Amino acid sequence: MGERIATRDAYGDALLELGKKRKEVVVLDADLSGSTKTAKFAKVFPERFYNIGISEQDLIGTASGLSLTGKLPFASTFAVFETGRAWEQIRQTISYSSLNVKLVATHSGITVAEDGASHQAIEDIALMRVLPNMTVIVPADGIETKQVIEAIADFYGPVYVRLGRSKVPVVMPDDYKFTIGKAYRFHIGKDANIIAAGIMVSVSLDAMEMLKKEGIDAGVINMPTVKPLDNDAVIEAAKASGLIVTAEEHSVIGGLGGAVCEFLAENYPVPVKRIGIKDTFGCSGPSDELMKLYGLTADDIVRTVKQGLKR
Amino acid sequence: MSQVSRADDIEFLKEQAKTVRIGILKMLAEAGSGHTGGSLSAADVATALYFSKMKHNPKDPAWKERDRFILSKGHAAPLLYTVLALSGYFDKSLLKTLRKIGSPLQGHPCSKLLPGVEISTGSLGQGLSIANGIAMGLKMDGMNSRVYCMLGDGETQEGQVWEAAMTAAHYRLDNVCAIIDNNGLQIDGHCCDIMALEPITEKWNAFGWHVIDIDGHDMKAILGALDEAEGIKEKPTMIVARTVKGKGVSFFEGKVQYHGMAPTSEELERALKELE
Repeated sequence: MGERIATRDAYGDALLELGKKRKEVVVLDADLSGSTKTAKFAKVFPERFYNIGISEQDLIGTASGLSLTGKLPFASTFAVFETGRAWEQIRQTISYSSLNVKLVATHSGITVAEDGASHQAIEDIALMRVLPNMTVIVPADGIETKQVIEAIADFYGPVYVRLGRSKVPVVMPDDYKFTIGKAYRFHIGKDANIIAAGIMVSVSLDAMEMLKKEGIDAGVINMPTVKPLDNDAVIEAAKASGLIVTAEEHSVIGGLGGAVCEFLAENYPVPVKRIGIKDTFGCSGPSDELMKLYGLTADDIVRTVKQGLKR
Repeated sequence: MSQVSRADDIEFLKEQAKTVRIGILKMLAEAGSGHTGGSLSAADVATALYFSKMKHNPKDPAWKERDRFILSKGHAAPLLYTVLALSGYFDKSLLKTLRKIGSPLQGHPCSKLLPGVEISTGSLGQGLSIANGIAMGLKMDGMNSRVYCMLGDGETQEGQVWEAAMTAAHYRLDNVCAIIDNNGLQIDGHCCDIMALEPITEKWNAFGWHVIDIDGHDMKAILGALDEAEGIKEKPTMIVARTVKGKGVSFFEGKVQYHGMAPTSEELERALKELE
Protein backbone atom coordinates (compact mmCIF):
# COMPACT_ATOMS: atom_id res chain seq x y z
CA MET A 1 0.00 0.00 0.00
CA GLY A 2 2.99 2.27 -0.51
CA GLU A 3 2.14 3.93 -3.80
CA ARG A 4 0.05 7.12 -3.96
CA ILE A 5 -1.63 8.31 -7.16
CA ALA A 6 -4.19 11.07 -7.64
CA THR A 7 -7.26 9.71 -9.40
CA ARG A 8 -7.14 12.67 -11.81
CA ASP A 9 -3.66 11.59 -12.91
CA ALA A 10 -4.90 8.06 -13.55
CA TYR A 11 -7.75 9.60 -15.56
CA GLY A 12 -5.37 11.58 -17.77
CA ASP A 13 -3.40 8.43 -18.58
CA ALA A 14 -6.49 6.25 -19.08
CA LEU A 15 -8.11 8.80 -21.37
CA LEU A 16 -5.02 8.97 -23.56
CA GLU A 17 -4.94 5.16 -23.84
CA LEU A 18 -8.63 5.09 -24.66
CA GLY A 19 -8.13 7.75 -27.32
CA LYS A 20 -5.50 5.57 -28.99
CA LYS A 21 -7.87 2.60 -29.07
CA ARG A 22 -11.10 4.35 -30.01
CA LYS A 23 -11.36 7.00 -32.68
CA GLU A 24 -14.82 8.12 -31.59
CA VAL A 25 -13.54 9.38 -28.24
CA VAL A 26 -13.67 13.18 -28.05
CA VAL A 27 -12.76 15.23 -25.00
CA LEU A 28 -14.11 18.58 -23.86
CA ASP A 29 -12.89 20.79 -21.06
CA ALA A 30 -13.74 24.21 -19.68
CA ASP A 31 -10.35 25.88 -19.29
CA LEU A 32 -9.09 23.46 -16.66
CA SER A 33 -7.42 20.84 -18.85
CA GLY A 34 -4.12 21.19 -17.01
CA SER A 35 -5.81 20.41 -13.71
CA THR A 36 -8.27 17.76 -14.90
CA LYS A 37 -5.41 16.15 -16.86
CA THR A 38 -7.37 16.07 -20.12
CA ALA A 39 -4.45 18.14 -21.48
CA LYS A 40 -2.61 14.84 -21.98
CA PHE A 41 -5.24 13.73 -24.47
CA ALA A 42 -5.38 17.20 -26.04
CA LYS A 43 -1.66 17.19 -26.73
CA VAL A 44 -1.78 13.91 -28.66
CA PHE A 45 -5.23 14.33 -30.25
CA PRO A 46 -5.78 18.07 -30.73
CA GLU A 47 -8.35 17.41 -33.48
CA ARG A 48 -10.50 15.49 -31.01
CA PHE A 49 -10.23 17.95 -28.14
CA TYR A 50 -12.43 20.99 -27.62
CA ASN A 51 -11.66 23.62 -25.04
CA ILE A 52 -14.99 25.36 -24.55
CA GLY A 53 -13.58 28.08 -22.35
CA ILE A 54 -15.02 29.09 -19.00
CA SER A 55 -18.57 28.09 -19.85
CA GLU A 56 -19.73 24.86 -18.25
CA GLN A 57 -23.31 25.03 -19.50
CA ASP A 58 -22.09 25.26 -23.07
CA LEU A 59 -19.61 22.47 -22.31
CA ILE A 60 -22.46 20.11 -21.49
CA GLY A 61 -24.60 21.14 -24.45
CA THR A 62 -21.71 20.80 -26.89
CA ALA A 63 -20.79 17.37 -25.52
CA SER A 64 -24.44 16.35 -25.93
CA GLY A 65 -24.43 17.44 -29.56
CA LEU A 66 -21.25 15.49 -30.26
CA SER A 67 -22.80 12.36 -28.78
CA LEU A 68 -25.75 12.76 -31.15
CA THR A 69 -23.35 12.25 -34.07
CA GLY A 70 -22.04 9.00 -32.61
CA LYS A 71 -18.98 10.39 -30.85
CA LEU A 72 -18.04 9.28 -27.35
CA PRO A 73 -17.59 12.55 -25.47
CA PHE A 74 -15.80 12.88 -22.14
CA ALA A 75 -16.58 16.27 -20.61
CA SER A 76 -14.38 17.35 -17.73
CA THR A 77 -14.01 20.22 -15.32
CA PHE A 78 -14.07 20.59 -11.53
CA ALA A 79 -16.90 18.70 -9.83
CA VAL A 80 -18.47 21.79 -8.30
CA PHE A 81 -18.84 23.47 -11.71
CA GLU A 82 -19.74 20.39 -13.72
CA THR A 83 -22.54 19.21 -11.46
CA GLY A 84 -23.55 22.57 -10.00
CA ARG A 85 -23.22 25.19 -12.70
CA ALA A 86 -24.41 22.85 -15.44
CA TRP A 87 -26.85 20.69 -13.47
CA GLU A 88 -29.90 21.72 -15.43
CA GLN A 89 -28.16 21.18 -18.77
CA ILE A 90 -27.21 17.69 -17.59
CA ARG A 91 -30.80 17.08 -16.50
CA GLN A 92 -32.58 18.44 -19.56
CA THR A 93 -30.37 16.93 -22.22
CA ILE A 94 -28.05 14.16 -21.03
CA SER A 95 -30.21 12.55 -18.38
CA TYR A 96 -33.64 13.06 -19.99
CA SER A 97 -32.50 11.75 -23.35
CA SER A 98 -30.09 9.23 -21.82
CA LEU A 99 -27.20 10.40 -24.02
CA ASN A 100 -23.90 8.58 -24.18
CA VAL A 101 -21.93 11.36 -22.51
CA LYS A 102 -19.30 10.70 -19.85
CA LEU A 103 -19.06 13.40 -17.20
CA VAL A 104 -15.73 12.96 -15.49
CA ALA A 105 -15.15 15.62 -12.86
CA THR A 106 -12.05 16.18 -10.76
CA HIS A 107 -11.39 18.21 -7.61
CA SER A 108 -14.29 16.73 -5.69
CA GLY A 109 -14.64 16.93 -1.93
CA ILE A 110 -12.76 18.93 0.67
CA THR A 111 -9.33 17.62 -0.37
CA VAL A 112 -9.37 20.36 -3.00
CA ALA A 113 -7.95 21.92 0.16
CA GLU A 114 -6.54 25.47 0.05
CA ASP A 115 -8.94 26.77 -2.62
CA GLY A 116 -11.70 26.60 -0.02
CA ALA A 117 -15.44 26.02 0.06
CA SER A 118 -16.23 27.66 -3.30
CA HIS A 119 -14.25 24.91 -5.06
CA GLN A 120 -15.02 21.95 -2.78
CA ALA A 121 -17.89 19.88 -4.20
CA ILE A 122 -19.55 18.12 -1.30
CA GLU A 123 -22.97 17.73 -2.91
CA ASP A 124 -22.13 16.44 -6.39
CA ILE A 125 -23.03 12.79 -5.72
CA ALA A 126 -26.45 13.85 -4.48
CA LEU A 127 -26.99 16.11 -7.49
CA MET A 128 -26.12 13.37 -9.98
CA ARG A 129 -27.72 10.48 -8.10
CA VAL A 130 -31.17 12.07 -8.20
CA LEU A 131 -31.17 12.16 -12.01
CA PRO A 132 -32.93 9.30 -13.83
CA ASN A 133 -30.74 7.25 -16.21
CA MET A 134 -27.56 8.48 -14.53
CA THR A 135 -24.84 6.11 -13.32
CA VAL A 136 -22.62 7.49 -10.55
CA ILE A 137 -19.13 6.14 -9.92
CA VAL A 138 -16.62 7.15 -7.24
CA PRO A 139 -13.29 5.35 -7.74
CA ALA A 140 -11.15 4.62 -4.69
CA ASP A 141 -7.71 4.86 -6.24
CA GLY A 142 -5.67 5.11 -9.43
CA ILE A 143 -6.04 1.43 -10.34
CA GLU A 144 -9.78 1.56 -10.05
CA THR A 145 -10.00 4.88 -11.94
CA LYS A 146 -8.20 3.42 -14.94
CA GLN A 147 -10.60 0.48 -15.02
CA VAL A 148 -13.63 2.72 -14.55
CA ILE A 149 -12.68 4.81 -17.59
CA GLU A 150 -12.36 1.66 -19.72
CA ALA A 151 -15.63 0.25 -18.39
CA ILE A 152 -17.73 3.36 -18.97
CA ALA A 153 -16.44 3.65 -22.54
CA ASP A 154 -17.95 0.20 -23.18
CA PHE A 155 -21.21 1.15 -21.46
CA TYR A 156 -23.84 3.09 -23.42
CA GLY A 157 -25.45 5.85 -21.36
CA PRO A 158 -24.75 8.84 -19.16
CA VAL A 159 -22.19 8.38 -16.41
CA TYR A 160 -20.81 10.69 -13.74
CA VAL A 161 -17.35 9.86 -12.42
CA ARG A 162 -16.08 11.65 -9.33
CA LEU A 163 -12.33 12.12 -9.06
CA GLY A 164 -10.04 13.94 -6.67
CA ARG A 165 -7.13 16.33 -6.71
CA SER A 166 -4.85 14.87 -4.05
CA LYS A 167 -2.68 11.79 -4.21
CA VAL A 168 -4.34 8.80 -2.54
CA PRO A 169 -2.95 5.38 -1.54
CA VAL A 170 -3.40 2.53 -3.97
CA VAL A 171 -5.71 0.09 -2.20
CA MET A 172 -7.20 -2.17 -4.86
CA PRO A 173 -5.37 -5.47 -5.47
CA ASP A 174 -3.52 -6.08 -8.74
CA ASP A 175 -6.00 -8.70 -9.91
CA TYR A 176 -9.02 -6.45 -9.22
CA LYS A 177 -11.58 -6.15 -12.00
CA PHE A 178 -14.06 -3.29 -11.79
CA THR A 179 -17.63 -3.91 -12.92
CA ILE A 180 -20.28 -1.18 -12.98
CA GLY A 181 -22.71 -1.76 -10.11
CA LYS A 182 -20.49 -4.23 -8.23
CA ALA A 183 -18.94 -3.64 -4.83
CA TYR A 184 -15.60 -5.06 -3.71
CA ARG A 185 -15.56 -6.86 -0.37
CA PHE A 186 -12.20 -6.43 1.34
CA HIS A 187 -13.59 -8.24 4.35
CA ILE A 188 -17.05 -8.89 5.74
CA GLY A 189 -17.00 -8.24 9.49
CA LYS A 190 -19.11 -9.91 12.16
CA ASP A 191 -19.35 -6.82 14.40
CA ALA A 192 -19.68 -3.97 11.91
CA ASN A 193 -19.24 -3.26 8.22
CA ILE A 194 -17.98 -0.03 6.70
CA ILE A 195 -19.30 0.79 3.25
CA ALA A 196 -17.02 3.37 1.70
CA ALA A 197 -16.30 5.10 -1.57
CA GLY A 198 -13.51 7.22 -3.01
CA ILE A 199 -10.65 8.27 -0.76
CA MET A 200 -12.55 7.01 2.30
CA VAL A 201 -11.88 3.41 1.25
CA SER A 202 -8.23 3.63 2.27
CA VAL A 203 -9.16 5.49 5.46
CA SER A 204 -11.70 2.75 6.26
CA LEU A 205 -9.08 0.03 5.74
CA ASP A 206 -6.88 1.80 8.28
CA ALA A 207 -9.81 1.89 10.69
CA MET A 208 -10.46 -1.82 10.11
CA GLU A 209 -6.89 -2.66 11.20
CA MET A 210 -7.16 -0.44 14.29
CA LEU A 211 -10.44 -2.04 15.30
CA LYS A 212 -9.01 -5.52 14.77
CA LYS A 213 -6.30 -4.75 17.34
CA GLU A 214 -9.05 -3.99 19.81
CA GLY A 215 -10.80 -7.25 19.03
CA ILE A 216 -13.57 -5.73 16.92
CA ASP A 217 -14.29 -7.52 13.65
CA ALA A 218 -15.18 -4.70 11.25
CA GLY A 219 -15.38 -5.27 7.51
CA VAL A 220 -14.81 -2.88 4.62
CA ILE A 221 -16.71 -2.80 1.37
CA ASN A 222 -15.62 -0.56 -1.47
CA MET A 223 -18.79 0.72 -3.17
CA PRO A 224 -17.47 2.51 -6.28
CA THR A 225 -20.84 2.55 -8.00
CA VAL A 226 -23.12 4.67 -5.84
CA LYS A 227 -25.83 4.34 -8.46
CA PRO A 228 -26.93 1.70 -9.18
CA LEU A 229 -26.01 0.54 -5.68
CA ASP A 230 -24.84 -3.05 -5.20
CA ASN A 231 -27.86 -4.07 -3.12
CA ASP A 232 -26.63 -7.63 -2.61
CA ALA A 233 -23.41 -6.43 -1.01
CA VAL A 234 -25.29 -4.04 1.28
CA ILE A 235 -27.66 -6.80 2.42
CA GLU A 236 -24.79 -9.21 2.94
CA ALA A 237 -22.95 -6.66 5.09
CA ALA A 238 -26.06 -5.83 7.09
CA LYS A 239 -26.89 -9.48 7.72
CA ALA A 240 -23.31 -10.32 8.74
CA SER A 241 -22.91 -7.59 11.33
CA GLY A 242 -26.12 -5.74 12.11
CA LEU A 243 -24.25 -2.41 12.11
CA ILE A 244 -23.40 -0.43 8.98
CA VAL A 245 -21.13 2.60 8.83
CA THR A 246 -20.91 4.56 5.59
CA ALA A 247 -17.88 6.69 4.78
CA GLU A 248 -17.53 9.28 2.05
CA GLU A 249 -15.89 12.64 1.38
CA HIS A 250 -19.29 14.19 0.65
CA SER A 251 -22.25 15.58 2.54
CA VAL A 252 -23.97 13.00 4.72
CA ILE A 253 -27.11 14.07 2.89
CA GLY A 254 -27.88 12.42 -0.42
CA GLY A 255 -24.61 10.64 -1.15
CA LEU A 256 -23.45 7.08 -0.51
CA GLY A 257 -24.75 7.22 3.07
CA GLY A 258 -28.10 8.41 1.84
CA ALA A 259 -28.26 5.68 -0.79
CA VAL A 260 -27.40 2.93 1.70
CA CYS A 261 -29.92 4.25 4.26
CA GLU A 262 -32.70 4.45 1.67
CA PHE A 263 -32.08 0.90 0.59
CA LEU A 264 -31.71 -0.61 4.06
CA ALA A 265 -34.72 1.24 5.52
CA GLU A 266 -36.97 -0.40 2.95
CA ASN A 267 -35.31 -3.78 2.68
CA TYR A 268 -33.31 -4.77 5.76
CA PRO A 269 -33.45 -2.16 8.51
CA VAL A 270 -30.32 -2.14 10.66
CA PRO A 271 -28.63 0.74 12.50
CA VAL A 272 -26.52 2.92 10.19
CA LYS A 273 -23.96 5.60 11.07
CA ARG A 274 -22.90 8.03 8.36
CA ILE A 275 -19.39 9.46 8.15
CA GLY A 276 -19.21 12.51 5.88
CA ILE A 277 -19.47 16.28 5.81
CA LYS A 278 -22.18 17.16 8.30
CA ASP A 279 -24.39 19.58 6.36
CA THR A 280 -21.84 22.35 6.32
CA PHE A 281 -19.38 23.95 3.88
CA GLY A 282 -15.69 23.22 3.79
CA CYS A 283 -12.90 25.77 4.23
CA SER A 284 -9.31 26.46 3.20
CA GLY A 285 -6.42 24.46 4.63
CA PRO A 286 -4.15 21.50 3.97
CA SER A 287 -5.99 18.28 3.01
CA ASP A 288 -4.85 16.26 6.03
CA GLU A 289 -5.95 18.93 8.47
CA LEU A 290 -9.30 19.31 6.72
CA MET A 291 -9.88 15.57 6.96
CA LYS A 292 -9.37 15.88 10.72
CA LEU A 293 -11.48 19.02 11.02
CA TYR A 294 -14.43 17.41 9.24
CA GLY A 295 -14.19 14.05 10.99
CA LEU A 296 -13.00 11.96 8.06
CA THR A 297 -10.04 10.13 9.65
CA ALA A 298 -9.57 6.50 10.66
CA ASP A 299 -9.87 7.61 14.32
CA ASP A 300 -13.28 9.08 13.53
CA ILE A 301 -14.42 5.83 11.93
CA VAL A 302 -13.12 3.77 14.87
CA ARG A 303 -14.98 6.01 17.31
CA THR A 304 -18.15 5.83 15.24
CA VAL A 305 -18.04 2.02 15.01
CA LYS A 306 -17.57 1.75 18.77
CA GLN A 307 -20.44 4.14 19.45
CA GLY A 308 -22.60 2.11 17.11
CA LEU A 309 -21.74 -1.11 18.90
CA LYS A 310 -22.43 0.39 22.35
CA ARG A 311 -26.01 1.47 21.67
CA MET B 1 -32.49 10.58 -49.97
CA SER B 2 -34.65 13.53 -49.26
CA GLN B 3 -38.26 12.76 -49.83
CA VAL B 4 -39.10 16.39 -50.34
CA SER B 5 -37.50 17.83 -53.43
CA ARG B 6 -36.15 21.39 -53.49
CA ALA B 7 -39.26 23.30 -54.41
CA ASP B 8 -38.66 26.94 -55.03
CA ASP B 9 -42.32 27.27 -55.58
CA ILE B 10 -43.04 30.21 -53.33
CA GLU B 11 -46.77 29.83 -53.80
CA PHE B 12 -46.63 26.19 -52.75
CA LEU B 13 -44.70 27.08 -49.62
CA LYS B 14 -47.12 29.88 -48.76
CA GLU B 15 -50.02 27.45 -49.02
CA GLN B 16 -48.07 24.89 -47.01
CA ALA B 17 -47.44 27.49 -44.27
CA LYS B 18 -51.16 28.05 -44.12
CA THR B 19 -51.74 24.30 -43.74
CA VAL B 20 -49.11 24.26 -40.99
CA ARG B 21 -50.86 27.10 -39.14
CA ILE B 22 -54.19 25.31 -39.40
CA GLY B 23 -52.59 22.16 -38.01
CA ILE B 24 -51.07 24.10 -35.10
CA LEU B 25 -54.37 25.75 -34.18
CA LYS B 26 -56.36 22.52 -34.38
CA MET B 27 -53.97 20.56 -32.21
CA LEU B 28 -53.74 23.34 -29.64
CA ALA B 29 -57.52 23.71 -29.44
CA GLU B 30 -57.82 19.94 -28.98
CA ALA B 31 -55.15 19.93 -26.26
CA GLY B 32 -56.69 22.90 -24.46
CA SER B 33 -53.28 24.30 -23.53
CA GLY B 34 -49.97 25.11 -25.20
CA HIS B 35 -48.07 27.86 -26.91
CA THR B 36 -49.97 29.47 -29.77
CA GLY B 37 -48.22 32.77 -30.45
CA GLY B 38 -44.64 31.53 -30.85
CA SER B 39 -45.71 28.50 -32.91
CA LEU B 40 -47.48 30.74 -35.41
CA SER B 41 -44.69 33.33 -35.59
CA ALA B 42 -42.07 30.75 -36.55
CA ALA B 43 -44.32 28.83 -38.96
CA ASP B 44 -43.01 30.35 -42.21
CA VAL B 45 -39.34 29.68 -41.42
CA ALA B 46 -40.08 26.10 -40.31
CA THR B 47 -42.14 25.51 -43.46
CA ALA B 48 -39.29 26.77 -45.65
CA LEU B 49 -36.86 24.47 -43.84
CA TYR B 50 -38.92 21.27 -43.83
CA PHE B 51 -40.57 21.57 -47.23
CA SER B 52 -37.78 23.14 -49.24
CA LYS B 53 -34.38 23.73 -47.73
CA MET B 54 -33.50 20.77 -45.54
CA LYS B 55 -32.22 17.38 -46.69
CA HIS B 56 -34.15 14.90 -44.62
CA ASN B 57 -35.96 11.60 -44.96
CA PRO B 58 -39.11 10.94 -42.93
CA LYS B 59 -38.83 7.23 -43.78
CA ASP B 60 -35.36 7.16 -42.22
CA PRO B 61 -35.20 9.75 -39.44
CA ALA B 62 -31.65 8.64 -38.53
CA TRP B 63 -30.36 9.06 -42.12
CA LYS B 64 -26.73 10.05 -41.60
CA GLU B 65 -26.60 12.69 -44.30
CA ARG B 66 -29.67 14.57 -43.13
CA ASP B 67 -29.64 18.21 -42.14
CA ARG B 68 -30.56 18.67 -38.47
CA PHE B 69 -33.14 20.97 -36.97
CA ILE B 70 -32.95 21.85 -33.27
CA LEU B 71 -35.97 23.63 -31.85
CA SER B 72 -34.25 25.49 -29.04
CA LYS B 73 -37.52 27.31 -28.30
CA GLY B 74 -39.11 23.98 -27.41
CA HIS B 75 -42.43 25.54 -26.45
CA ALA B 76 -43.14 25.88 -30.18
CA ALA B 77 -43.59 22.08 -30.12
CA PRO B 78 -46.96 22.29 -31.93
CA LEU B 79 -45.14 23.81 -34.90
CA LEU B 80 -42.48 21.10 -34.91
CA TYR B 81 -45.07 18.33 -34.56
CA THR B 82 -47.11 19.73 -37.44
CA VAL B 83 -44.22 20.02 -39.90
CA LEU B 84 -43.01 16.54 -38.91
CA ALA B 85 -46.46 15.03 -39.41
CA LEU B 86 -46.99 16.79 -42.73
CA SER B 87 -43.54 15.58 -43.81
CA GLY B 88 -44.58 12.02 -43.01
CA TYR B 89 -42.57 11.19 -39.87
CA PHE B 90 -45.69 9.86 -38.16
CA ASP B 91 -49.42 9.60 -38.71
CA LYS B 92 -51.28 12.90 -38.63
CA SER B 93 -53.90 11.39 -36.30
CA LEU B 94 -51.26 11.57 -33.53
CA LEU B 95 -51.53 15.37 -33.57
CA LYS B 96 -54.80 15.05 -31.68
CA THR B 97 -52.96 13.48 -28.74
CA LEU B 98 -50.83 16.54 -27.92
CA ARG B 99 -50.20 16.87 -24.15
CA LYS B 100 -52.30 13.79 -23.32
CA ILE B 101 -51.26 10.85 -21.13
CA GLY B 102 -49.24 8.30 -23.08
CA SER B 103 -48.75 10.54 -26.11
CA PRO B 104 -45.33 10.85 -27.76
CA LEU B 105 -46.32 14.48 -28.35
CA GLN B 106 -45.23 15.86 -25.00
CA GLY B 107 -45.84 19.48 -24.00
CA HIS B 108 -42.24 20.10 -25.06
CA PRO B 109 -40.44 17.88 -27.61
CA CYS B 110 -39.05 14.57 -26.37
CA SER B 111 -36.57 12.86 -28.71
CA LYS B 112 -36.93 9.49 -27.02
CA LEU B 113 -40.62 9.33 -27.84
CA LEU B 114 -40.98 10.88 -31.27
CA PRO B 115 -39.09 10.17 -34.50
CA GLY B 116 -37.81 13.32 -36.19
CA VAL B 117 -37.15 15.17 -32.93
CA GLU B 118 -33.34 15.40 -32.83
CA ILE B 119 -33.12 16.22 -29.13
CA SER B 120 -35.47 17.04 -26.29
CA THR B 121 -35.81 20.74 -25.62
CA GLY B 122 -38.03 22.99 -23.54
CA SER B 123 -35.71 24.63 -21.05
CA LEU B 124 -34.60 27.73 -22.91
CA GLY B 125 -31.10 28.71 -23.92
CA GLN B 126 -29.66 25.24 -24.48
CA GLY B 127 -30.29 24.34 -28.12
CA LEU B 128 -27.49 26.31 -29.74
CA SER B 129 -24.82 24.52 -27.70
CA ILE B 130 -26.26 21.19 -28.83
CA ALA B 131 -26.39 22.38 -32.44
CA ASN B 132 -22.70 23.34 -32.18
CA GLY B 133 -21.77 19.90 -30.86
CA ILE B 134 -23.62 18.23 -33.73
CA ALA B 135 -21.90 20.58 -36.20
CA MET B 136 -18.48 19.67 -34.75
CA GLY B 137 -19.24 15.96 -35.04
CA LEU B 138 -20.42 16.35 -38.64
CA LYS B 139 -17.26 18.25 -39.56
CA MET B 140 -15.07 15.59 -37.95
CA ASP B 141 -16.78 13.00 -40.11
CA GLY B 142 -16.43 15.10 -43.26
CA MET B 143 -20.20 15.35 -43.70
CA ASN B 144 -21.65 18.40 -45.42
CA SER B 145 -24.97 18.27 -43.59
CA ARG B 146 -26.12 21.51 -42.04
CA VAL B 147 -27.48 22.22 -38.59
CA TYR B 148 -30.40 24.62 -38.17
CA CYS B 149 -31.30 25.94 -34.76
CA MET B 150 -34.42 27.97 -34.02
CA LEU B 151 -34.28 30.28 -31.01
CA GLY B 152 -36.84 32.59 -29.51
CA ASP B 153 -35.86 36.21 -29.10
CA GLY B 154 -36.65 36.29 -25.39
CA GLU B 155 -34.63 33.09 -25.13
CA THR B 156 -31.45 35.00 -25.94
CA GLN B 157 -31.71 36.52 -22.46
CA GLU B 158 -30.23 33.20 -21.29
CA GLY B 159 -26.46 33.51 -20.79
CA GLN B 160 -25.72 30.10 -22.29
CA VAL B 161 -26.84 31.37 -25.70
CA TRP B 162 -23.89 33.76 -25.70
CA GLU B 163 -21.49 31.06 -24.53
CA ALA B 164 -22.65 29.03 -27.53
CA ALA B 165 -22.41 32.09 -29.78
CA MET B 166 -18.72 32.35 -28.90
CA THR B 167 -18.12 28.62 -29.39
CA ALA B 168 -19.68 28.57 -32.87
CA ALA B 169 -17.56 31.53 -33.98
CA HIS B 170 -14.38 30.25 -32.30
CA TYR B 171 -14.62 26.86 -33.98
CA ARG B 172 -15.72 28.43 -37.29
CA LEU B 173 -18.86 26.33 -37.49
CA ASP B 174 -20.07 27.47 -40.90
CA ASN B 175 -22.42 24.48 -40.99
CA VAL B 176 -24.48 26.11 -38.21
CA CYS B 177 -27.36 28.33 -39.22
CA ALA B 178 -29.37 29.74 -36.33
CA ILE B 179 -32.62 31.60 -36.66
CA ILE B 180 -34.04 33.99 -34.09
CA ASP B 181 -37.81 34.15 -34.21
CA ASN B 182 -37.90 37.82 -33.30
CA ASN B 183 -41.56 38.35 -32.52
CA GLY B 184 -40.75 40.91 -29.84
CA LEU B 185 -42.90 39.38 -27.11
CA GLN B 186 -42.26 37.13 -24.14
CA ILE B 187 -44.56 35.79 -21.42
CA ASP B 188 -44.47 38.85 -19.20
CA GLY B 189 -44.76 41.41 -22.00
CA HIS B 190 -42.72 43.15 -24.68
CA CYS B 191 -39.09 42.03 -24.72
CA CYS B 192 -38.02 45.68 -24.79
CA ASP B 193 -39.78 46.23 -21.45
CA ILE B 194 -38.77 42.98 -19.76
CA MET B 195 -35.11 42.82 -20.81
CA ALA B 196 -34.12 44.75 -23.89
CA LEU B 197 -32.56 42.70 -26.72
CA GLU B 198 -31.68 45.29 -29.32
CA PRO B 199 -29.48 45.85 -31.15
CA ILE B 200 -29.78 42.15 -32.03
CA THR B 201 -27.99 42.31 -35.38
CA GLU B 202 -25.03 44.22 -34.02
CA LYS B 203 -24.69 41.85 -31.06
CA TRP B 204 -24.40 38.75 -33.24
CA ASN B 205 -22.09 40.58 -35.62
CA ALA B 206 -19.87 41.48 -32.71
CA PHE B 207 -19.82 37.81 -31.64
CA GLY B 208 -18.36 36.89 -35.04
CA TRP B 209 -21.47 35.69 -36.84
CA HIS B 210 -22.67 36.44 -40.33
CA VAL B 211 -26.04 38.07 -39.73
CA ILE B 212 -28.97 38.31 -42.14
CA ASP B 213 -31.90 40.47 -41.11
CA ILE B 214 -35.18 39.56 -42.84
CA ASP B 215 -38.95 39.74 -42.69
CA GLY B 216 -39.64 36.32 -41.19
CA HIS B 217 -42.95 36.00 -43.00
CA ASP B 218 -41.59 36.76 -46.49
CA MET B 219 -41.07 33.31 -47.99
CA LYS B 220 -38.79 34.56 -50.72
CA ALA B 221 -36.62 36.39 -48.18
CA ILE B 222 -36.49 33.29 -45.95
CA LEU B 223 -35.30 31.05 -48.79
CA GLY B 224 -32.83 33.71 -49.90
CA ALA B 225 -31.36 33.96 -46.40
CA LEU B 226 -31.10 30.18 -46.03
CA ASP B 227 -29.30 29.97 -49.38
CA GLU B 228 -27.00 32.85 -48.48
CA ALA B 229 -26.11 31.15 -45.18
CA GLU B 230 -25.03 28.02 -47.05
CA GLY B 231 -22.49 30.03 -49.00
CA ILE B 232 -20.87 31.63 -45.95
CA LYS B 233 -17.55 29.99 -45.04
CA GLU B 234 -15.60 30.01 -41.77
CA LYS B 235 -18.45 31.68 -39.86
CA PRO B 236 -21.80 30.59 -38.44
CA THR B 237 -24.86 32.43 -39.71
CA MET B 238 -27.65 34.02 -37.71
CA ILE B 239 -30.89 34.83 -39.50
CA VAL B 240 -32.81 37.42 -37.54
CA ALA B 241 -36.37 36.73 -38.64
CA ARG B 242 -38.53 39.72 -37.78
CA THR B 243 -41.90 38.16 -37.09
CA VAL B 244 -45.29 38.82 -35.57
CA LYS B 245 -46.42 36.73 -32.63
CA GLY B 246 -49.62 34.86 -33.50
CA LYS B 247 -49.07 35.59 -37.22
CA GLY B 248 -51.92 34.55 -39.51
CA VAL B 249 -54.79 35.02 -37.08
CA SER B 250 -55.71 38.70 -36.76
CA PHE B 251 -56.99 38.51 -33.19
CA PHE B 252 -53.87 36.64 -31.95
CA GLU B 253 -51.35 38.88 -33.70
CA GLY B 254 -49.14 40.88 -31.36
CA LYS B 255 -51.11 39.76 -28.31
CA VAL B 256 -48.86 38.78 -25.44
CA GLN B 257 -51.56 36.75 -23.69
CA TYR B 258 -51.51 34.20 -26.51
CA HIS B 259 -47.92 33.25 -25.75
CA GLY B 260 -49.05 30.33 -23.66
CA MET B 261 -52.77 30.09 -24.31
CA ALA B 262 -54.53 27.69 -26.66
CA PRO B 263 -57.48 28.80 -28.82
CA THR B 264 -60.97 28.04 -27.53
CA SER B 265 -63.26 26.17 -29.92
CA GLU B 266 -64.94 29.44 -30.79
CA GLU B 267 -61.59 31.13 -31.44
CA LEU B 268 -60.51 28.14 -33.52
CA GLU B 269 -63.57 28.48 -35.72
CA ARG B 270 -62.93 32.16 -36.33
CA ALA B 271 -59.22 31.55 -36.91
CA LEU B 272 -59.87 28.80 -39.45
CA LYS B 273 -62.24 31.08 -41.35
CA GLU B 274 -59.45 33.64 -41.65
CA LEU B 275 -56.92 31.08 -42.81
CA GLU B 276 -59.01 28.88 -45.11
